[in-house]
Amino acid sequence: MVFLGGQVLPGNVGRAILGPFADQRAVDALNHSLGVDRPLLVQYGSWIWNFLHGDMGTSYVFRAPVAPFVIDALGNSMKLALVAFVLVVPIGIVGGVMAALNFNRPLDRIISLGGLSVTVLPEFVTGIILILIFGVWLRWLPIAAAWPKGAGVFTQLYYLILPSLPLFLVLFGYIARMARSGMIEALDSDYTRTAVLKGLPWRTVIWRHVLRNALLPTITVIATQTGYLIGGLVVIETLFRYQGIGSLIFTAARGKDFPMLEAGILTIGIVYAVATLIADFLYSVLNPRIRLGAEQ
Amino acid sequence: MSATDAPVRLPTPDTAQRSPWGEVLHSLSRSGTFLTGLAIVVFWIVCALFGQHFVPYDPLASDIINALTPPAADHWFGTDQLGRDVFSRVIVGSRDILTVAPLATILATIAGTALGLVIGYFRGIVDDIISRVLEAFMAIPVVIIALLAIVALGTSKITVIVVIGLSFAPIIARTVRSAVLAERELDYVSAAKLRHEGALHTMFVEILPNVIPPILVETTVRLGYAIFAVATLSFMGFGIQPPSPDWGLSISSNYGMIGGGFWWTVLFDALAIASLVIGVNLVADGVHGAFND
Repeated sequence: MVFLGGQVLPGNVGRAILGPFADQRAVDALNHSLGVDRPLLVQYGSWIWNFLHGDMGTSYVFRAPVAPFVIDALGNSMKLALVAFVLVVPIGIVGGVMAALNFNRPLDRIISLGGLSVTVLPEFVTGIILILIFGVWLRWLPIAAAWPKGAGVFTQLYYLILPSLPLFLVLFGYIARMARSGMIEALDSDYTRTAVLKGLPWRTVIWRHVLRNALLPTITVIATQTGYLIGGLVVIETLFRYQGIGSLIFTAARGKDFPMLEAGILTIGIVYAVATLIADFLYSVLNPRIRLGAEQ
Repeated sequence: MSATDAPVRLPTPDTAQRSPWGEVLHSLSRSGTFLTGLAIVVFWIVCALFGQHFVPYDPLASDIINALTPPAADHWFGTDQLGRDVFSRVIVGSRDILTVAPLATILATIAGTALGLVIGYFRGIVDDIISRVLEAFMAIPVVIIALLAIVALGTSKITVIVVIGLSFAPIIARTVRSAVLAERELDYVSAAKLRHEGALHTMFVEILPNVIPPILVETTVRLGYAIFAVATLSFMGFGIQPPSPDWGLSISSNYGMIGGGFWWTVLFDALAIASLVIGVNLVADGVHGAFND
């Protein structure tokens, strides 16, 4: 992923310079001073080299190193994503499991249909509706995620509830659906029947036999959703005027601030790679049939 | 022998006479999900085509004196900050999204099907290389790809169509590929090869008609996501441009004021997007069900 992020990006530097209809000589001079007239591979190499040494380049717009901006924004986004994840993973799994245990009964219908409906809606649509309900009509929650400077953890949390809800809603449907189908499959399996016939209490069957098997695919889904989550962050952070990595990329794209844009996107690539790695690791821990690097 | 020669009376003679496609249509016509979704989608298509003839006001005409009036008898959904009638704008606001999103989906389907047929049919190294590249593409969120492409190429409806079309193509390619992998082992494909039919003929004339159902299902699902993506890009300012009464665009130009309580300037647009997206997804769900029963 990081490799790919890097592959896509250097192309944009060239295009950035060609973008404005400036005098050709001025463009050439600028290109040279920025070093973008060097062969693509050389540029790419030096860019990666610098990045690995903590130098993410200099912002065209702010005339300052990019790194502090990116790190700040990443921290803010992590907070927002964390709130959404902490809410959605347990609630989504419980929702899916409840739906499966009540297969084809009203509760299942409500969870499945409700989950499907909120999942397919764009985040800014649910965001707007939630802002109207909780921010404008009920006035329970602040409509912008901009807390006063030096606010404590709980104040920050209070400001983050509303922005995290649209992300929650989109993810809820996916996670609940995976948990539900995993559960249904596991409940239907031979080992569950064996466990029941062995005379184990229903509770033990669910906890020890069904859940462990049912939740494996769900974990993969949660991990693949990090990629999606990042796309969602761009929208949500714009809507709630939150200084995160998504709004950083958005602003950089609008202002043609390419070093900032590249650094932001490469950072996202790294986050994505790490999330995928963690998911693989978790999967292998939970699934005794897959042990990474196990000897035959 | 005589036992098998006797005409066997099937329990449901009417379904036995239907072609596979008739079967699908029959089950669609009885699917509540599909019909509800279809009704919603048709409603918006009618609004997009004929809305301008029956809306009470010109959706683009501003009337500054009556700006930001709340919903009332003369303006059912109120007016926006330029005094434009929100009801009229919502009704005709489906026009751009209903051209851009389907076109993007068609592009994705054509490109994805061609690619999927090729990699599924040839397999081997072609498949390995292209599949890895496609996977890498799928890992990048559409919003990010769109952002980069639109910065590089500038904003226009064509850019949006191409970006969304190409970023959805890998997903369709993957679906087609797995369908082709199953088909290529069947006898009719071997027969075509024995007849010395060319690879192109085998792929597009022999295999393609047999993998239409999964393609159709995937296309309807993608249409829902395309509407999602187009609306989002318009909201971000990267899609459909002013003065179009597009829903996403209207929300983006009005949501800055909702803190002041002007809820009617965004609520109806949001609900319109919600209804269209849910409608398309209900249709997709119905189509999926009809082909998999």
